[in-house]
Amino acid sequence: MSVQSPISSVNDFVVRFANVNGSGSASANELFARSILRHGVPVSPRNIFPSNIQGLPTWYEVRVTEAGHLGARGGVDMMVAMNPQTWDKDVASIEPGGYLFYDSTKPMPSSKFREDITVIGVPLTAITNSTYTDPRQRQLFKNIIYLGALCALLDMDPKLVEQLIGEQYKGKEKLLSSNVHALHLGRDWALQNLKCPIGLRVKKTDKVGDRIFLEGNSAAALGAVYGGATVCAWYPITPSSSVAEAFTSHCKKYRHDPETGKAKYAIVQGEDELASIGIVIGASWNGARAFTATSGPGISLMTEFIGLSYFAEIPAVIMNIQRAGPSTGMPTRTQQCDVIACAYASHGDTKHVLLFPEDPAEAFEFAAAAFDLAERLQTTIFLMLDLDIGMNHRLCRPLKWDDARQYDRGKVMTAEMLEEGRDFGRYLDVDGDGIPYRTYPGTHPTKGSYFTRGTSRDRYARYSEEGAVYADNMQRLVRKFETAQDMVPRPLQANAAKPTKYGVIYFGSTSPAMDEAIGILEARGHQLDRLRIRAFPFHSSVASFIADHDFVYVVEQNRDAQLRQLIVNENGIDPVRLVPILHYDGTPITARFIANAIGDHQDHLKVTPLRKAVS
Amino acid sequence: MTYIAKPKFHHPGLKKNELGYTHRDYEGKISTLCAGCGHDSITASIIEACYELSIEPHRVAKISGIGCSSKTPDYFLGNSHGFNSVHGRMPSVLTGANLANRDLIYLGVSGDGDSASIGFGQFAHSIRRGVNMTYIVENNGVYGLTKGQFSATADRGSKSKKGVTNTDNAIDLVAIALQLGATFVARSFSGDKTQLVPLIAAAIRHKGASFIDVISPCIAFNNHAGSTKSFDYVREHNDAVNRLDVLVGRDPISVDYAPGTVQVVEQHDGSRLALRKLDADYDPHDRLGAMTFLQKHAAKGQIVTGLLYVDPDAEDLHTHLDTVETPLNTLDEKALCPGSAVLDKINASLR
Repeated sequence: MSVQSPISSVNDFVVRFANVNGSGSASANELFARSILRHGVPVSPRNIFPSNIQGLPTWYEVRVTEAGHLGARGGVDMMVAMNPQTWDKDVASIEPGGYLFYDSTKPMPSSKFREDITVIGVPLTAITNSTYTDPRQRQLFKNIIYLGALCALLDMDPKLVEQLIGEQYKGKEKLLSSNVHALHLGRDWALQNLKCPIGLRVKKTDKVGDRIFLEGNSAAALGAVYGGATVCAWYPITPSSSVAEAFTSHCKKYRHDPETGKAKYAIVQGEDELASIGIVIGASWNGARAFTATSGPGISLMTEFIGLSYFAEIPAVIMNIQRAGPSTGMPTRTQQCDVIACAYASHGDTKHVLLFPEDPAEAFEFAAAAFDLAERLQTTIFLMLDLDIGMNHRLCRPLKWDDARQYDRGKVMTAEMLEEGRDFGRYLDVDGDGIPYRTYPGTHPTKGSYFTRGTSRDRYARYSEEGAVYADNMQRLVRKFETAQDMVPRPLQANAAKPTKYGVIYFGSTSPAMDEAIGILEARGHQLDRLRIRAFPFHSSVASFIADHDFVYVVEQNRDAQLRQLIVNENGIDPVRLVPILHYDGTPITARFIANAIGDHQDHLKVTPLRKAVS
Repeated sequence: MTYIAKPKFHHPGLKKNELGYTHRDYEGKISTLCAGCGHDSITASIIEACYELSIEPHRVAKISGIGCSSKTPDYFLGNSHGFNSVHGRMPSVLTGANLANRDLIYLGVSGDGDSASIGFGQFAHSIRRGVNMTYIVENNGVYGLTKGQFSATADRGSKSKKGVTNTDNAIDLVAIALQLGATFVARSFSGDKTQLVPLIAAAIRHKGASFIDVISPCIAFNNHAGSTKSFDYVREHNDAVNRLDVLVGRDPISVDYAPGTVQVVEQHDGSRLALRKLDADYDPHDRLGAMTFLQKHAAKGQIVTGLLYVDPDAEDLHTHLDTVETPLNTLDEKALCPGSAVLDKINASLR
C-alpha cells in the first residue's frame, strides 16, 4: 500500500460518529455540529439510523462546509468509531488519508487498522471510569469526553462549546458544570497526549450569516401553527412522528387562550391512519383547518378517504414524510418514492396537489400555504417531505411571516349570502374555475344544507347515477385541477453560465446536492440549465423548459423515475427526451453521485460516432 | 331513489313545538328502503325525538358510514348537513366534525356491518374518547345491501334466509360500549317506539358518548323463522328493564307512577331522565351491574332493552383536551397565528 499523506483541510471535511443506539450520544454529537456553526462555519448533519430502538448501530454524520454545500458529500474524513459491532465497516469507509478516532482503553490488533489512515486513540473508558462511578454517568459523559478531545484535535474554541452547553442547561447548574468538566477532561487529555491539532481544522469565519438551523418536520409543524391548523390527528410512524410531536409542542407554547388557559387546538392520536385522516376530513368538512402527518404505509391506508376528499371535495392536508418503500421497506431510510402513490392516490380517476419543499424554510412556507390551498381548492394537499429533510437539522434562511396575511378560507357561502337569495348548489361551478361553494354545517335554518357523499351526485348534491351528470362532475374536477396550476408554487429556473442544449429537473431534498453538482459539472465542462419543480400539477413552464432543451435529466431518489413518469403522463412528453438519474439506496443523494451520473452521460455525447469517424 | 323529495304541502293545523317547528320540519327525503324496514321506524323515532326536544334542525350534523342504515340520515332532518362517509368510518369523521365545532349536535348513524365489522375499531375508539355524540346502530344482523350475508352481530346458531346456520359468535355492541366507558348505553327495538323515542331524546341531551343499539329487523333478509333479529323473535324475547321520560327544563317530574318505581337522573344540562323501572333491582348507574345483568339475560336468550347505563357527570373529548369554548372553526388569524414578532424570536433561538 502506498504511503498516504494525511488529509489536510480547514472548514471542509466530513466527520462521522459511529455509536450504539441508546448510548446517549445523540445530544453530544448534535452539540458538536452546533459548536462548529458557532464558529461561523456551515454544517450539514445527518442521522443515519437503522430501524431499531436500542443496542444496534447508529451514525451521525457532520459535513463541515465553509462553501455551504448542504447536501450529503459521500465519504468520511474522520470516523469517531464508538461501536465495536460496526468497526470493520466504519474503518473501511474512511477516505484514504483520513482519520480514525477510537477508544483505546483496550488494545486492538494491528489488523483492525489501516495503514493509509491516521489512528488516534483516546482511552475514553479508562478516563470515564476513573472519574465516575455511576454507570449512567459513565455512559453519558464518555460522549462529552470524546467531544472535548475532538475540540483539541480540530482546533475548536472550547468557549463556544461551553456557551452552547450553558444554553442547553440554563438554570440547571449541576448539569452544566458536570458537562463542562467532562468536556475539559477530554480536551486536556488530548492536548497533553496527542499531537493537536490534526490536519482537519475548524477556523472561525462568518459564513453562516443569519441562517437558522432546524429540522424539516419541526418547520412543517410550525407552518401548520402559522397556517391556522386547529385540528391534528395522527398515528405514530417513522419518520413523520416528530411532525405531530413538534406541532403539540408549538401549540403548547403559542396556542393557549391567555385568559382561560384553554387550548385553541385539538390533537388526537388516532387508533390508526384511517381514523386520523377521517378525523381530518370530518374537521375540515366542518370548517376547521386540519392535517395529519404520515409516511408511505400510512398513505396506503388513507387512500380510500383521500378518494373521498377528492370526489366529495373536502379540504385536507397530509404531510407525507417519505421513507424507502415499498411495503415496510426501509423505515428509517430516505427516498422520494411516493410521488405516484400520492399524485393518483385512491381508486378511480383521481389527481392530487403535491408540494415539494426543498428545505425547512420551504417546509414552513408550504405547510402554511397548504391550508390555504386545501380550502381554496377543497381537496387534499400533500406536503411531500422526506426523511432527509424531515429528521435532520438543516441550515436555511430565517422563517418569515407577513402579519397582514389573511387566511384564504376559500369559497364559503355564509348565512348572509344565502339570505340574499344566492343560488346554492354544492357542486355548481359558479365562477368557471371548477371550484364550487360550500357551506358549513349549522349555517342557516332552511338554506344551504346538503348531503356529502362519496357516491355520484348532481350539481345540487342530489344522488345521481346519470352518466351525463357524473361526467359533468368529473370534467369540473379536471377544470379545478387546471385552476390549481396557477395557485401552487411555480418551478424555479436557473440557467447555466453559457447557453446549453441540456437541462436538469429535480425537486425536494435533492436541491442542495444538485446545487453542488452543477458546480462540479461546470468544472468538467458541462453546462446545464436547471429547473426545480415545487408542485404538482405542473406549471406550463415545465413543458416549456423541456421543449427548450434537446433533452433533460430528471434527478430523483426512487427506482422507477416517478417524477419523470408523472411529467410524461401529464404533459405528453416523449420519454426519450427525459433521461432518468436515479438514486435509491436509502441514503441521501450526493453531489458526487449526480455529477458522476450526468457527467458520464454528457461525456458519451462528446464521442464521435464510429460511422461518422470512418466516413 | 334517494333524491326523491317529499311533497312540501302539509296539513295547516299540524302541531308545533316550542320553536314553532312541526314534524315536517324534521323530515327528510322519501325513504328508498324496503317497505316495513325497521330502519324506517328508527328514522321516525329520531324525527319524533328531535321534534319533542325542540331542536333547531340545522344545528344537527348527521353522519353515517355505508349501508342500509347509513342511507337513513337522508330521510330525516332535511335542513341539516349530512355526511355519508366510507364504510365503517363514521366515528372518525364525526370525531373530527365535533372537534371543529363543539356547538352542534352530532348524530352518528351506523349499522351492524358498519360498526361491528369494518368499523369495529373506530366504534370502540370514538366511545373510549368520549366524543359528545349520539351513536345509533341500526342492528339487523345481516348485510341487506349485498343480499343476506351474516353480519358480526348475528347470533351463533341463528339461521340466514337461505337456511345457513351461523357458527361464529356474535359481537354484542352494548356489552362492548359498556366495557369501553360509554357514559350512556341503551338498547331498544325499532318496533318499540314508545321506548325508543325517549331513549334517543335522552341520548341527545347527554353530554358524552351515548350509544344506542337498536334491533331493527331486515324485512327482506332477516325476518324469518330461525333468525334472532326478526320482529317476532325480538318481541318474544324482549326484556325491558325500564321506560324513560326525558324532562327538559321547566317541566315538572311526572308523578304518575307509584312511589319507588320512578328514578330521576339529573344531567348537567338541567334535563332530567325519569326512569320507570320495570325491573325493581335494576340500577342504571352501576356499569359493572349492567354488564353482568346483560350477560345473564343473554345466556337465557333474552334481549335486554332500555337505558342500561348512564353517568350524569360524564365528560367529553373537548373536556379531556381542554379546548376553548369557542368553536375551533370560528377562530381567525388573530386567534391562531403567533405573528412575525414571535417568529423572529423562534429564529433567534435556532442559531
